[in-house]
Amino acid sequence: MSNELETKTLLEMQRRMLRIRYFDERASKMLKRGLIPGALHTSIGQEAQVVGACMALGDADYMTGNHRSHGHPIGKGSPLGPLMAELVGKATGICKGKGGSLHLADFSLGSLGESGIVGGNIPIALGAGLSSKVLGNDRVVLSFFGDGAANQGSLYESMNMAGVWKLPVVFLCENNHYALSTPAHTVTSGRIVDRAAGFGIPGVRVENGQNVLAVYEAVRDAVDRARRGEGPTLIEVMTYRFREHSEGLKLGVDYRDADEKEQWLQRDPIAIMREWLIAEGWATADELDALDNEVLDEVEAAYQFADSSPYPDASVAFEDLYTEVAGAGR
Amino acid sequence: MSIMTYLGAIGAAQREALTADERVVLIGEDVEANVYGTTGGTGKSRAAEGDFLQTFGRNRIRNTPISEESIVGAAAGAAMTGLRPIVDLSYSSFLYMAMDQFVNQVAKNRYMFGGQASMPVVFRSAMFYGLNTGAHHSDRPYPMFMNVPGLKIIAPASPSDAKGLLRSAIDSDDPVLSFEACPLWGMKEEVQDDEYFIPLGVGRTLREGSDVTIVAISGGVIEATAAADALAAEGVTAEVFDPRTLVPLDVDGIIKAVEKTGRLVIVDPAHRTCGAAAEVSALVAEHAFSSLKAPIVRLTAPDMQIPFSPALEKQMYPKRDGIAAAVRTMLGLAGAAA
Repeated sequence: MSNELETKTLLEMQRRMLRIRYFDERASKMLKRGLIPGALHTSIGQEAQVVGACMALGDADYMTGNHRSHGHPIGKGSPLGPLMAELVGKATGICKGKGGSLHLADFSLGSLGESGIVGGNIPIALGAGLSSKVLGNDRVVLSFFGDGAANQGSLYESMNMAGVWKLPVVFLCENNHYALSTPAHTVTSGRIVDRAAGFGIPGVRVENGQNVLAVYEAVRDAVDRARRGEGPTLIEVMTYRFREHSEGLKLGVDYRDADEKEQWLQRDPIAIMREWLIAEGWATADELDALDNEVLDEVEAAYQFADSSPYPDASVAFEDLYTEVAGAGR
Repeated sequence: MSIMTYLGAIGAAQREALTADERVVLIGEDVEANVYGTTGGTGKSRAAEGDFLQTFGRNRIRNTPISEESIVGAAAGAAMTGLRPIVDLSYSSFLYMAMDQFVNQVAKNRYMFGGQASMPVVFRSAMFYGLNTGAHHSDRPYPMFMNVPGLKIIAPASPSDAKGLLRSAIDSDDPVLSFEACPLWGMKEEVQDDEYFIPLGVGRTLREGSDVTIVAISGGVIEATAAADALAAEGVTAEVFDPRTLVPLDVDGIIKAVEKTGRLVIVDPAHRTCGAAAEVSALVAEHAFSSLKAPIVRLTAPDMQIPFSPALEKQMYPKRDGIAAAVRTMLGLAGAAA
């Protein structure tokens, strides 16, 4: 990579992390004000893990994700306006208002959809990998799932099939240590990454999942390997969500240790990257402040776009179930 | 035209589709060895290499591990990204292993993502009922999938329908479940050799009649026509109608068939409650109530599990004698039937 290209890539990483942060902060406020209906799961605190992985993909590569869903398409480069409009339920939403926060998808960028069913998205990624292999189109698939989904059978069926067929799939476990309120270690036997060995595929753990470059490098290696036809990799990225499982959720007991939480909050992926960019001379504080403002403006524009868009016509609820409806049904 | 079995017709439709379109792939358990006789020529069953594998190669004909959840989900993901998979799930009872993928991914993804995805995939399975395979292999589970918007369902009851409907299913950009009746596997008839497509949602009339209408589904069709032929010898004419596909359902065809006679018997080998027969009954009650001269009669499997012993199982599904007897009762000819 040339110096200029490298600078561009590094700043793009920071830009996308900021997009996730500010988008989710804005969405959270909108939820509180009643502007967003339904449930909302933010990726705040996990930006490095999302963006580091997405930046290792090309635009044509595929991705599937889960209920913690906004970060994935943003990380893949999806424009914010249609995503925000989807959260609000507007006609201009990326899914025409039929998916909502939990089910974002942007097929124009290979984002094949986020799944509200934990573990349900993993076989979809497997299938996209099968497509790539059969059609020989060189596309790689990234499957995001959490430590909770790591205890679903769908993961192991899919790792087995991807392994035996040498499909270009990267299984990426976003280990944020909790499945809602349940600490991963209380329901997970052994280390998730070690399960790769059982399928004869590489397993890589990124201990510093708050460092976007560490995630990027691990995923890039797995993507390169997949593109060479050498098959799947399981990557476990250690991270933490800074907020509640879903916005507005108030539980009687605090299931997370205060010290643990405080230690993780000190490891803000955006602050870490900012300090590093300045210290290594990739950008100045002023340039990064300007980037901050640019992204804040983008989020504001996304809000305005969503706010000013119309709600869908009621008839839209009855479209898109099938591509064609044959026959004479009533 | 040539004489073809129901099983051979399923193979022929798949061969045509695999030949016509390179995006068509076939995945499933034991498909490479043509274990069930649908993934190769007839007579090659259990060959070391079924001839689909020889013709189309291992890239497109793939044996899978026994992992239904991921097979079904992978087919959905492949369909969303450019392939047109045919999935051979062998026994219909195995579909439950993949219920989450069917209901939450296959059926919902296109809708939930605002039409960004199409889902051109076919899931084939065989209903091994009436063959003494016990409760774990005998299911006829199409009614529960009729309750899932987003899926299409075909239930061919003859070799020519099996070929033409399956071909349309593979050609469809929507997910289609094909429920194939094992009791019909050996059924033979003249089938067109060239490509043809039977549209989904259009039923067929097998017998014309004026006294009673029998709407029959899947393996119930052959029993209904046999009953109609027996009744004809007694001077009773029955209209026999096979909807052929359950989603979309040829409601107009059913209503017209019922209005012709004013009497309806429904023959359905699946379970009774919330079943296909229940749905047909409700539609007729809604749309053709004024033409009915008698209460609707449903002949279905009872709400009971399927026992193993032939002595126990043989009574579980509607058969020609019971259908004829029900018609006689409906027409007030019960004394003659006894």
